[in-house]
Amino acid sequence: MLNKAKIEQKIILGLLWALTCVTIFILLFIIFYILRKGLPVISYNFLMTNPEDMGKSGGIFSTIVGTITLTFGAILIATPLGVGTAVYLTEYTRENKFTKIVKFGSECLAGIPSIIYGLFGFILFVIKLQMGWSILSGSLTLAFMILPTIIRTSEEAIKSVPYIHREVSYSLGSTRWQTVTRVVLPSAMPGIMTGIVLSIGRSVGETAAVIFTAGSTLRLPSSLFSSSRTMAVHFYILAREGISMPNAYGTAAILIIMILVINVIAYQLMNRFIKKYS
Amino acid sequence: MEQVAIRAKNFNHYFGKMQTLKNINLEVQRNEILGIIGPSGSGKSTFLRALNRLNDLVFNSRVEGLLTIDGKNIYAAGTSIIELRRKLGIVFATPVPLPRSIYENIVFGPKMAGIKNKIALDKLVRQSLEDTAIWEEVKDRLSISALKLSGGQQQRLCIARILALKPKYILLDEPCSGLDPISTMKIEESLRVLKKDYTIIIVTNNTKQAARVADRTAFFLNGELIEIGNTEKIFTVPEDKRTSDYISGRFG
Repeated sequence: MLNKAKIEQKIILGLLWALTCVTIFILLFIIFYILRKGLPVISYNFLMTNPEDMGKSGGIFSTIVGTITLTFGAILIATPLGVGTAVYLTEYTRENKFTKIVKFGSECLAGIPSIIYGLFGFILFVIKLQMGWSILSGSLTLAFMILPTIIRTSEEAIKSVPYIHREVSYSLGSTRWQTVTRVVLPSAMPGIMTGIVLSIGRSVGETAAVIFTAGSTLRLPSSLFSSSRTMAVHFYILAREGISMPNAYGTAAILIIMILVINVIAYQLMNRFIKKYS
Repeated sequence: MEQVAIRAKNFNHYFGKMQTLKNINLEVQRNEILGIIGPSGSGKSTFLRALNRLNDLVFNSRVEGLLTIDGKNIYAAGTSIIELRRKLGIVFATPVPLPRSIYENIVFGPKMAGIKNKIALDKLVRQSLEDTAIWEEVKDRLSISALKLSGGQQQRLCIARILALKPKYILLDEPCSGLDPISTMKIEESLRVLKKDYTIIIVTNNTKQAARVADRTAFFLNGELIEIGNTEKIFTVPEDKRTSDYISGRFG
């Protein structure tokens, strides 16, 4: 009997191990394949010059700038909104019909395909509010798209802060605002950061929502109202129109590297933060 | 100053429809240690938390009757809850250092009260750690995380943390329930010293602890105050049979 249990244990262990290996293999294969195809194209010129001839030649500088500004704008808009909502839902109100509706709404928003956001942004910001294809329209649309993630992760992070820490804070004569900003949010920050990093990743890689709202011009954006093309949109167009596969892979490689770098930096920041508060 | 520091008069407390304190009448003398004993669910902690209005954090908490501290009804409209909580520091059953350094734990309250002067804060830290007899143990590592201290040290840090607010009252909610006998002894020693400057109320599940440190002892049962009197009398010739049953360990 004992032997049978042991064998069973071993089979399950082996199976789980194999599944993990497959997952990691697929992941590494994708990264490796794109980097192999993309890295040879990458050079200083590729990074620092604007695309020429529809992207057949030249670099991708303007699309890097476009990606960064759009993402930065989206995060800048969505973070205060999302974290503020989460703080309100968890610290300033009890569970009631209103909070349930807000939560249900944000969960529904999380499930909507990004192209719908694109269409919505196009109708509302580009046409109705006459912002045109612009970084502003794109950032706002992306902000709406990532808002549910930020609300959700912030809410979970805030809830995971032990209730007794709040009691301690209040019992030491803090106001609610002081308790939220000095005790709850610092402890919740790693979780909130995770949500923001996830959102950065989604924004950087987003195509559908952006192509409708920020446009696809190859010129370097000069203001919030300039149209701009992001890297994701750029390689979508390069590949789809058959303009230049090598340049498409080069762009994709840069995109992957950028996301990796963002993750590493965020991870470092988070570690430093955790050290300070534990 | 009036000798009676805290006075409860026909004081009732409810969580929603559940009555947790029933018609409590008692007085706490200045600079005494009042022990509150009773089985769990008897309302001792609720009474303690009524004193600094910590129960208010629970949304359906409600009170009736009078609870006066230093002659003022603390449930009267216009009472500053924040001032009240600074005046009545509370220590919880499990040591709860906030996740930051020892130094930052002590200065948390004063900083929230608006004290920014570094010299003043340093002085507060030293003073309050000395008053709880833990200064010598931690003076070289004030910047390490408070979570790295032992349980007993953490609890004394928590007492020091409320002393930094210069309270008049110290409320302790089963402060030694998770500590070893030596840590417990150290805290009890601290309390005897602190008594000179503070009025102390200690809720404890450990009747022997009340017998050791309290000047007077109150016995709570099912939200009622059964008996209050000099500790010696409560533990030797209690008036109520329920008190003697509880003390001799026949229930609870």
